[in-house]
Amino acid sequence: MKDVDSINVLKYEAVIGLEVHAQMLTDTKIFCGCSTKFGSEPNTQTCPVCIGMPGVLPVLNKKTLEFTIKTGLAMNCNIPSYSRFARKNYFYPDLPKGYQISQYELPICEYGYVEIVKDVDTIYVLNDGETKKIGITRIHMEEDAGKNIHESASSARGGGSGGGNYSFVDLNRAGVPLMEIVSEPDIRSPDEAVEYMKKLRTILRYLGVCDGNMEQGSLRCDANVSVKPAGQKEFGVKTEVKNLNSFKFVGKALDYEIRRQIKVLEDGGKVVQETRLWDSERGITESMRIKEEAHDYRYFPEPDLVPIVVDQRWLDEIRASLPELPDIKRKRFVSEYGLPEHDADLLTSEKSTAEFFEEAVKQGAHPKNTSNWIMTGVFNYLKEHDKKEISETLLKPIHLVNLSKLVETAEVSGTMAKTTILYEIFDTGKMPEEIVKEKGLVQISDTGEIEKAVDDVIAKHPKEFERFRAGEEKLIGFFVGQVMKMTRGKANPQMVNELLKKKLS
Amino acid sequence: MELYRQTISELRDLLDRKEVSVKDIVSSIYQRIDAVEEKVKAFVTITEDKAIEMSEEAQKKIDSTETQSSKSLLGIPVAIKDNMCTKGIRTTCSSKILHNFIPPYESTVTSRLIEQGYVLIGKTNLDEFAMGSSTENSGFHVTRNPWDLERAPGGSSGGSAAAVASDECIAALGSDTGGSIRQPASLCGVVGLKPTYGRVSRYGLVAFASSLDQIGPITKNVRDAAILMNIISGHDPFDSTSAPLPVPDFTAVIGSDIKGIRIGIPREYFIEGMDKEIDTSIKDAIRKLESLGAIPVEVSLPHTGYAVATYYVLATSEASSNLARYDGVKYGLRAEGKDLIDTYMNSRAQGFGAEVKRRIMLGTYALSSGYYEAYYRKAQQVRTLIKKDFEDVFKVVDVIVTPTSPTSAFNIGEKTADPLQMYLSDIFTISVNLAGVPGISIPCGFTSNNLPIGLQLIGKHFDEESILKLASAYEQATDWHMRIPNL
Repeated sequence: MKDVDSINVLKYEAVIGLEVHAQMLTDTKIFCGCSTKFGSEPNTQTCPVCIGMPGVLPVLNKKTLEFTIKTGLAMNCNIPSYSRFARKNYFYPDLPKGYQISQYELPICEYGYVEIVKDVDTIYVLNDGETKKIGITRIHMEEDAGKNIHESASSARGGGSGGGNYSFVDLNRAGVPLMEIVSEPDIRSPDEAVEYMKKLRTILRYLGVCDGNMEQGSLRCDANVSVKPAGQKEFGVKTEVKNLNSFKFVGKALDYEIRRQIKVLEDGGKVVQETRLWDSERGITESMRIKEEAHDYRYFPEPDLVPIVVDQRWLDEIRASLPELPDIKRKRFVSEYGLPEHDADLLTSEKSTAEFFEEAVKQGAHPKNTSNWIMTGVFNYLKEHDKKEISETLLKPIHLVNLSKLVETAEVSGTMAKTTILYEIFDTGKMPEEIVKEKGLVQISDTGEIEKAVDDVIAKHPKEFERFRAGEEKLIGFFVGQVMKMTRGKANPQMVNELLKKKLS
Repeated sequence: MELYRQTISELRDLLDRKEVSVKDIVSSIYQRIDAVEEKVKAFVTITEDKAIEMSEEAQKKIDSTETQSSKSLLGIPVAIKDNMCTKGIRTTCSSKILHNFIPPYESTVTSRLIEQGYVLIGKTNLDEFAMGSSTENSGFHVTRNPWDLERAPGGSSGGSAAAVASDECIAALGSDTGGSIRQPASLCGVVGLKPTYGRVSRYGLVAFASSLDQIGPITKNVRDAAILMNIISGHDPFDSTSAPLPVPDFTAVIGSDIKGIRIGIPREYFIEGMDKEIDTSIKDAIRKLESLGAIPVEVSLPHTGYAVATYYVLATSEASSNLARYDGVKYGLRAEGKDLIDTYMNSRAQGFGAEVKRRIMLGTYALSSGYYEAYYRKAQQVRTLIKKDFEDVFKVVDVIVTPTSPTSAFNIGEKTADPLQMYLSDIFTISVNLAGVPGISIPCGFTSNNLPIGLQLIGKHFDEESILKLASAYEQATDWHMRIPNL
C-alpha cells in the first residue's frame, strides 16, 4: 500500500497467531472406514456414517490419534492423559450432521513450541537471536467437511426446470481427519509467519502425518492479526484472515492486512474485529463477517465418543518411534559434516533430501561437494522439471559417491561434475565414470596438451595479449575461458591458470 | 390355541416340536392385527411381505434341524419401534421429516435379530423422535391403550407396548431415554426393560439424547425379556459407548431363589399426592417380595427432586444437536425456499412437530454461549450427584424398588396442553437414565377401573441379572401378567 510510508509502519508492531489445519495421511477417515483418496468421483467415498444418516455413530480411527500425538510430541507439547471430543454446531450443506466433531475444552496436545530460524529480514521487528520459539497453544483432532460445488442452471447436470442456480454437495472429504495446530500470538511479521508455516510443514512431512500440500488444501492456514504501537504491551483489535492457500499468500496477505490496519489507525479509525477473506487475484483482504454476526457454535462434549485416555506405555512407544527431527538433524549436519548452517538448513528441510545426502556421504562422497550438488544441481533440476523429490529422478546416492571420487582424483573438473555429468545422470541414470568415458570428458591434466592449447589461444588473440601485458590483469579470465572452450571444458582449470600466468608474464 | 397369545419360549417349543409352522404363527399374528389394529393403531408400517419372506427362510432352517434350535428367535414375530433403522424398510421416527426415509443400512440390534431368524411384523408408533410420554406426539397418528381405548399407552415406545399388550406381536423392541420403555410397559401391563447404558448397541437407533438412549425389550413376561436381552446385549465395534463386557445368560436367573436379596425402598419415591391405588399396589408388591425372602431396606436418593429438570436440560441439549442433520439436504422432507436458509427453515418448520421444536429450542438455549455454564454444565454436575446417589444406595442394597409411573394410563389429550405435567409422568424413571443403571417395569396390579400398574426394579450397573431374577420371582408368585385386555 503506497499511502502508508515506512516511517509510520515502523511505529507499529504486528502480532500474529496462526491456526493451521493439516490433513492427516491416513488411508481411512477419522470416524468410519471410507477411503481418504483425493480426486475421486463425487460421493464415491462415503458411507452412512460420513454422510450423517439417522442413527449412525462415529468410531475413532486410532491412527489419527497416534498421528496427532506424534505431532504434539514433535512440537514439544504436553499430552494430557484425558481428552475429549466435542461437537461444533452449525448448519451448512457440506456438513451432513449439522455439527462437526472436533475438540474444544480438552484437546489432545497442549503447550508446545517450534523453533524457527531467524534469518528473516523484516522491517517490523529486529532480530534478537539465531532462533525463535513460536508457542503452540494446542493441537486437536477433527473431521473435515465436504465440499459444495456451485453450478449455474445452464451448466447444471440433469437440467431441471431452469431459471435458478444449483449447488451440488460432494461428501468424499467429509470425515477426512484433520489436525488443527493453533499457535500463540508469538509471530511478529509476515516473514516469520511464512518461516513458521514452513517449519510446521517440514515437521509434518518428517513424521509422515501430512503431505503438506498447500495448493491441494492438505495444509491450510487462517491467521489472527493485530497491530499495536511499538513497545505497547496490550494487543490491538484482531482480525481473522482466511483463505491463505500458499506460503506466498500467507506472506502477502499478512503484509497487506498489517498495512491496512496501520492505515486505519493512522487515519484515526479503529480496527473492527471481523473475519476477512484474502483475495489473491486482487491482492487484498475483504470483510466476510463481523463479530456480531459470528456463529455461536454451542460446543458441548460429544456423547457418542468415549473420553480418550492415553496410556503412558503407548505414549512412550510413540515417543520412541519418532524420527530424528529437523532441528536436531540440522545441528548434527553442521557438527558432523562441517556444513555451513545454510546448507544444513536447506538439506534438512525435507527428510528425503537429508537421507539422500547422508546416504551418499556415508558411502564416501565428499560432504560439501555433495551438499553443493544437491542445493544447486538437484534443486534446479527438480524445479525445471516440476518434480518434488529426488526419488522422482534417476539419481541415486552412489552416483554422487562416484562423482565425488572423480572430482577428488581430478579426473573431472568441479564445473564439469555439476553441469554436464549431473544432468546426464538425471536423464539416463548412468554412472558418472561411464558418462565421462562415453563423452570423452576426462580432464586433461597433461601439461603438454594444455600448453599447446594455451599457445594456440595466445596466438589467436594477439590484441588481448597486448592489453594483458599492458597491465589489464582481469583478462586472465578471458584466456582461461578460451582454453576451456578449446578443450571442451576438459582441461584442468588449475593447470590452465598456472600455465597462462607463466606464458603471459 | 390362539398362537398370537403365546410367548417367545412357548412358541419356540411348538416350533421345535414341529407342532406348528412359522406360517401358522405369522398368519395368526396378522389375523390379530386385522382384528384389532384399527382400534389400537400401534404400527406406523406393517411389513407383511417382508414377514412372509422372513418366515419362509426361518421355516427352512427349522426344517433342516432335527433337534431344538439354538436360535431362540427363529420364526418368532417381533415388532420394532420405528426409530431403529431397518435396511430397505421405511424408518420414520413417527416424524413427517422422515416420512419417506428408507435406511440403506441395518441397525446393530435388528442385525442381531436377523441372525437369530426373527420375523419382522412391523414398525411401531412412537412420540416423534421418542420425545414424549404418551405417543400422542406422533407425526402420524395417536396409539391407544389396549386396556382402555380412550387412554394413552404411555410413551414414547407406546406403539411397541400397545402391540405387545394387544397381542399384535409376540415381543417388541423399544428405546428408553427417560422412561420410554418402562412407562408405556407399565401403562399397558407388560414387561419392559431398559438395560444399563452401554449394554446394548445404539448403532442404527435414531438418536434423541445420545448419553441417555438405550434399546430394550418389551415382552409378555420376564423370561422373554431375558431371551431378547441375550440377543441384543454386548459390545458392538460400531458403537464406542457400548461396553466391551461379557454377556451372561440372562435366562439362567429365571425362577431362581431371591432369599436374602436386599431391596431398597427410596423414601423420595413415596411422596404425598401419589395415586392411592398405585401406592397400595406397590406396597403390596414389596410385601410379596418380602414374603419370597427379599429384605426391604429404607434408603434415600437425595437428589431425586432435581432429576426431571436435569434431564430436560441434558436431553434437549443433545437433541438440539442430534436433530440438526434433518435439514432437507440429504434425505427426508425438503420444503424448498427462496434460498438455502429459507429451505432449512421451511423444511424444519414443516417437518417437525410442536414438541420436537420445543425441545430443540430448549436445548439450543441451554448450550448457547453465556448460558452453557448455568444450564448444561450445571446439569452435568447434578447428573454426577444423582449417579452418586445410586452408587451410595447400591452399597447397601442389591435392587431398588419403586413405582414405574406416578399414575396409571391417562386420557388421550389430558396432558397435551401442559408439557410440564407430561414431563412429570417420567418422574420415577428419569433418574435411572441419568445414572445409567438398568431398570425393569413389570405388572403389579390394576386400578379399580382395570388399568395396569407397574413395579419398577432398578439394578446396579451391568447387573440386569438381579432385576430379572427378582422380577421373575415376583411374576411367578403373581398372575398380573396373565391378564389380557378386552379388545
